[in-house]
Amino acid sequence: MNVDFNYGTLASVLSAAEKSGLPVSALVLRQQAEQLETGEDEIYRRMAGNYRVMRECIGPGCEKDLRSTSGLTGGDAYRVKLAADAGKSLVGRPLSGALYRALAVSGLNAAMGRIVAAPTAGSCGILPAAVLTMQAEKKAAERACVMSLFTASAVGMVIAGAATLAGAEGGCQAECGSASAMAAASVTELAGGTPRMIGSAVAIALQNVLGLVCDPVAGLVEIPCILRNASGVANAFVAAELALDGVESAIPPDEVIRAMKKVGESMPPALRETAEGGLASTPTAKRLRRQVFGGPDETD
Amino acid sequence: MNVFDILGPVMIGPSSSHTAGAARIGGVARALLGAPAVRAEILLHGSFAKTYRGHGTDKALIAGIMGMAPDDARIRRAPELARENGLRVSIAAGEIAGAHPNTARVTLTDAKGRSVTVVGSSVGGGSILVTEVNGMDVSFTGQHTTLIVLHRDTPGTIAEVTEVLAAEGVNICNFRLSRRCRGGEAVMTIEIDGAFGGDVNERIACLPNIYSSTMLPPV
Repeated sequence: MNVDFNYGTLASVLSAAEKSGLPVSALVLRQQAEQLETGEDEIYRRMAGNYRVMRECIGPGCEKDLRSTSGLTGGDAYRVKLAADAGKSLVGRPLSGALYRALAVSGLNAAMGRIVAAPTAGSCGILPAAVLTMQAEKKAAERACVMSLFTASAVGMVIAGAATLAGAEGGCQAECGSASAMAAASVTELAGGTPRMIGSAVAIALQNVLGLVCDPVAGLVEIPCILRNASGVANAFVAAELALDGVESAIPPDEVIRAMKKVGESMPPALRETAEGGLASTPTAKRLRRQVFGGPDETD
Repeated sequence: MNVFDILGPVMIGPSSSHTAGAARIGGVARALLGAPAVRAEILLHGSFAKTYRGHGTDKALIAGIMGMAPDDARIRRAPELARENGLRVSIAAGEIAGAHPNTARVTLTDAKGRSVTVVGSSVGGGSILVTEVNGMDVSFTGQHTTLIVLHRDTPGTIAEVTEVLAAEGVNICNFRLSRRCRGGEAVMTIEIDGAFGGDVNERIACLPNIYSSTMLPPV
């Protein structure tokens, strides 16, 4: 059955999935094949290539000696993985696995490793950590995992059209927040959730990060970006869990997305990737900036 | 917009504008030089100038100049590789009037002493805009095959160039003309869908009033 939909609203995507009886991912793959005038196999192969790059981040990202170019960060994924593998994790699997994978990918990004922007480099750890964890620890099949990236991308396209994916425009709620919502959608689909549950997961994930600012210390994609990838994937699992258990957001996902846009517009520029506010303007941040770049800080 | 705009590009971190975009700017300069560079002078402006040490912008530019793609894992070692390969690099921070906050001016020289100067900006998400080639105003993104045709500003010249392309069945998706003064030196930047065959560039270069024609593959 050929059901029309567009990426103007998440509601359009989800209701098309419900009507067609297809998973969201299958619907998106079919639509993309039409749009890009290429076979579904070719598009799937390309997405599988991206998934492979994501997976290849984990090993190097978990190395004990991983260090960012600036020297300010590195080694956090190793620490969390050590605890997880020793059975000493407080939160246990799969969350501990998701946490170290998110730290690994975003830590690798800061160390000039190869990553997939998902949707941005600053938020690149969240979606890979979520999906790779579902595969490694919840036995999700490889094909289903690659397909779930289509569901995530659909959510990303809706947010890009109706709001923004850029920290400079919408703060971290737009980057890590969006990535978290995308990851929540993937995890929900992989766990057998319905399109309606996917919508709930997106709404819950995004509303829990409204107002999150972009305040990069020394202007680098490291502090607090790497740690926000960890909390971002945790937020995704929280949202997916609630949605799968039948919890619904009182505010529908498209309205939450629009709210995120408006909140971003109300944010002063100091909190939108200018490194002038939030953590970036703390005494320690100023000291770290001098340490990396030398010279007196202009905002002192 | 498609799914690969959301999940992608595959890139070397940490920043799509300060790293991936910078690598592509270096790549454009390399492609325009048409030969390995022995000397690279890089001027960084704005945010590029302020944050290059932390973002690896300098490494990414050098990597692009050496022909590496934005996802080449060797990018973080680009300065050592440059030294090993006889490429001398100098980097300075400075002002480029009116430029985008992520702008670099790159001058490359090859072993024969030929040089090219490119000014390019990294405008977000890994996208770039090249705004100057050898002092001439241009405007192209490097996403498409791009023809850069230096010529004397005379009536009919544009038509002759586009006629060659039309005869090849080539579709133009962007065209920009800039000239110093009427009847003086001018440059066409022509972005096309797809690519074209071997001798089209040579045929254009041989047309009357054409000083040079360079075909830049997508970077």
